[in-house]
Amino acid sequence: MTGKARITLTVNGEPFEAEVEPRMLAADFLRDELGLTGTHVGCEHGVCGTCTIMMNGVSARSCLMLAVQLDGAEVQTVEGLGTIRDMHRIQEAFHEHHALQCGFCTPGFLMTVCDILESLPLRTDAEIRDALSGNICRCTGYDHIVKAVRTLVDERDGAAS
Amino acid sequence: MMKPVAFEYVRPETLAEAVTALDHDDARIIAGGQSLLPMMNFRLVQPERLVDINRITELERIERTKTGLRIGALTRHANAARDPLLAEHFPIVAEAMGHVAHVAIRNRGTVAGSLCHADPSAEWPLLVTLLDGEIEILGSDGHRSAEPSEFFLAPLVTDIEEQELVTGVHLPLPAGPSGMAFEEVAQRAGDFAVVAAGAMVRVENDTFAEVRLGLGGVFDTSVRARALEGALTGQRARAEELEAALPLAIEDLEPNDDLHASADYRLSLVPVLARRALIRALHRATQ
Repeated sequence: MTGKARITLTVNGEPFEAEVEPRMLAADFLRDELGLTGTHVGCEHGVCGTCTIMMNGVSARSCLMLAVQLDGAEVQTVEGLGTIRDMHRIQEAFHEHHALQCGFCTPGFLMTVCDILESLPLRTDAEIRDALSGNICRCTGYDHIVKAVRTLVDERDGAAS
Repeated sequence: MMKPVAFEYVRPETLAEAVTALDHDDARIIAGGQSLLPMMNFRLVQPERLVDINRITELERIERTKTGLRIGALTRHANAARDPLLAEHFPIVAEAMGHVAHVAIRNRGTVAGSLCHADPSAEWPLLVTLLDGEIEILGSDGHRSAEPSEFFLAPLVTDIEEQELVTGVHLPLPAGPSGMAFEEVAQRAGDFAVVAAGAMVRVENDTFAEVRLGLGGVFDTSVRARALEGALTGQRARAEELEAALPLAIEDLEPNDDLHASADYRLSLVPVLARRALIRALHRATQ
């Protein structure tokens, strides 16, 4: 295919069909074509982590994927987590622990946390920091983010807090 | 703002289709895209045709062969890290995968992508160099395989021809029970290695039947410390013998200065990481 490619995908449970230029990045597709601007774009070369989404159950950098590669995929973005009135538990924990200041990096952190809570044991705070190392935050100094994730891990594992 | 230039996108479903799609003056393969897409976003790479091999599911398998394990080209780092066959025979792989970038990148990046990108500090080229892997290649003339020393030619340069693709890598099982260990120093978790070291030790009758040390970040490609390996083979299997041989680890290395570390610093790290890796490998070999 030289021209536009037709893709079908599910985003936050809703089916979509679109025609995309092959060079369009997945992040730009979500933001500019679907209007889902919760997925942020920072460095555009896979370093900052703010464009992290969940694709087919695992986290991925949406600036290092093409929209055409989302064909057939199940995507979850931060819009699929919760709303201001009805926050997802991960969002509540970030809120409770003051795990954000300006909020630019937050969507990426939230999506990364979706993945690591499912995929990693996260026994120690060092393991949490390692698992979060692909997301950069310039405000918080990370401490409150680690505390939010620690709370979520303890809830997951049924530990007494 | 960084966006790739326009290209033709081809998504083969089979290996035969992939080889056909590569019959083009300026085609690039995309697997995980975790190295290629940054370069395309920066417009350092501007292929006219992009051949996306992600739908060729036969390339995702890890399987036992008569003499070893075959790891499919499209195996993601995250899947390699939790694969039971690799854990049983090459536990060093999971150890090394912990140093590969970050969670989201490990979910997407592939074994063959790392091999073909051929960064001299990357983990897969080092593992394959250490483990005497055979890189399996398919082209219009059929299959061939290459040893690491033939495959990795220079930083970011491999022996892959225009109409070829890597289909997997074969890791031969060690000749007997062995211990392996991986060590790496990077500036931050997930950064490129300043220096990485992988060790494999086999002990028979209280002597070193085989010692291997692979190093990354200190030469144009991953390298083996052959002088050290040769000196230790046949020696008494003791930590003191390993210590005594450490100066040999830096023989013939030519590290570069770059943003992350000076050549001198890299050289000074080699015996430190070599010692840690070799001693842990010895310990595991004699447990």
